Amino acid sequence: MKTDVLVIGAGAAGMAAAIAAAKKNLKVVIAERDEITGGILNQCIHNGFGLHYFREELTGPEYAERFREQLNRYADAIEVLTDCHVLRLNRDKTALLVSLKGVFELETKAVIYAAGARERPFGSLMIPGDRPSGIFTAGVAQRLMNIDNRKVGRRALIVGSGDIGMIMARRLTLEGIEVVGVVERLPYPGGLLRNVIQCLRDFNIPLYLSSTVVEVKGSERLEEVIVASVDEQFRPIPGTEKSFKVDTLVLSVGLIPQVEMLNSLVALDKRTRGIACSNTGQSSNEWIFAAGNCTAIFDLVDYVTREGERAGEYASRYVNGDRFSLGIPIVPGENVMLTFPNFYSGVDDLTLYLRCRKPMERALLKVGGFEKSFEDLTPSEMIVVKIPERKLANLDMVEVRLEEV
Amino acid sequence: MEKIVCVLCPMGCKIKYRVEDGKIVSVQGNRCPRGLSYLEDELKEPKRIVPTSVKVVNGELPLVSVKTNRPIPKRLIPKFMQLIKQVQAEAPVKVGDVILKNVLDTGVDVIATRTVKRVNSA
Ligand SMILES: Cc1cc2nc3c(=O)[nH]c(=O)nc-3n(C[C@H](O)[C@H](O)[C@H](O)COP(=O)(O)OP(=O)(O)OC[C@H]3O[C@@H](n4cnc5c(N)ncnc54)[C@H](O)[C@@H]3O)c2cc1C
Ligand code: SF4
Repeated sequence: MKTDVLVIGAGAAGMAAAIAAAKKNLKVVIAERDEITGGILNQCIHNGFGLHYFREELTGPEYAERFREQLNRYADAIEVLTDCHVLRLNRDKTALLVSLKGVFELETKAVIYAAGARERPFGSLMIPGDRPSGIFTAGVAQRLMNIDNRKVGRRALIVGSGDIGMIMARRLTLEGIEVVGVVERLPYPGGLLRNVIQCLRDFNIPLYLSSTVVEVKGSERLEEVIVASVDEQFRPIPGTEKSFKVDTLVLSVGLIPQVEMLNSLVALDKRTRGIACSNTGQSSNEWIFAAGNCTAIFDLVDYVTREGERAGEYASRYVNGDRFSLGIPIVPGENVMLTFPNFYSGVDDLTLYLRCRKPMERALLKVGGFEKSFEDLTPSEMIVVKIPERKLANLDMVEVRLEEV
Repeated sequence: MEKIVCVLCPMGCKIKYRVEDGKIVSVQGNRCPRGLSYLEDELKEPKRIVPTSVKVVNGELPLVSVKTNRPIPKRLIPKFMQLIKQVQAEAPVKVGDVILKNVLDTGVDVIATRTVKRVNSA
């Protein structure tokens, strides 16, 4: 089989990329290992999607459905392969795929990698104690409840106050599961304030800040979880232990870009831990483009869609013979935890995404000749700015800084 | 000045306001007019959109995700959840289909947010 563009993963990023490439009259194959397109959106039944892109607030499945319709509209150009796993990508621009029909090879001119992220597992937390059943990552619990109609337990504790953790706290409560609390090791909530209000406060769910799980107990099913306060180095403080009798522990302790398949083909960024990309979506390997949560973890699907479109557009230009360089490095400076993209190729204005390192009341963002002031910043809310090309002229690197004012 | 956060959309505007004699006398920080009606509701009768799911009969999935098409009073949410658990939809269901009309006399409908095809019973 042959194609112009192979898109790996049909989440928000992959669908947008495929549509953008089809609009440039290219032949596209999009491979998705799940049985339907949409990725993580399918199980995110809460509202909060699409406000920037569609100017209305949708639930995850509604957002996915709009793009699915567009994929259908371009059915002449886009071949959608569901239940199809991309096993390997080779240096000679061939890929090995497996579907219900068996294993086959595909030859392509460019790849857009959009494999999303995976959840940080329980094991990575190194919590001492037993390993009973009843411990779920948030995504797994969400899928069991929202798609498979299974009840996960009776009384639950949630670890991690990111948006996903808080949304799950509400979801469990609505389903009649008693949520005894949300535990967060940072001194402030990890997700949006709106979720603190509508997911926790609305249901009187306590939020335990500067706290962590120190032990889990249970022979078959989980029975008890011990939580303690932590000091500034996140070390548990002896004597502060609290016991929660719960049969369910839901972990929402972060997403990690899924990059394994490209490990030996492209460079990664050490801050985002995702595929290092230019503002064109191009990776360090010129025929491989990437977009979405496999490059950096994005707060909003709207951003992911835009980055998918961008990667689709530039990958199409690449297939049509255009060549662009990766460009100059974008370097996180003072108070900046990470940025996306990681390189700036002077072909366009720069849409820059960044996270600050700590909560800041007022800050001045400085990027090349560009300045903008911000209020009330927290690491959990991604900052997005558009920086005109002329503000970045004649630089050999772009330092991104947030000065406290 | 008092402070609340508008939850109507992910912008999450921090709205500062002052109330005198039960009337809102000054408001700032809302990026759109909806923020003002949110503030008014929040002081009188807080309302929320409720996303959840209902069972589907003869569907390719066991559940269809749904939401209230407009916010309903927060105090009705427990009652709403009890009611919604009794509801079953018959496949096929399309995005936007009304699953329940005028729920609890609020004038608000419950609509499907996902398409669920019918299983081939043949
Ligand atoms: C629980 C949760 C709640 C969220 N809430 C909100 C919200 O309220 N508002 C908002 O705007 N955003 C929200 N987001 C963020 C947003 O939904 C995501 O950032 C976005 O949907 C990610 O899209 P993606 O395409 O990068 O990844 P994904 O949706 O993860 O898609 C990646 C796809 O690639 C497929 N894949 C991976 N590897 C392979 C392979 N080798 N072969 C074939 N297929 C493969 C996967 O099966 C998957 O379908 C939330 C995210 C999560 C996880
Ligand atoms: S005031 Fe408007 S823009 Fe701000 S959070 Fe509310 S609805 Fe969104």
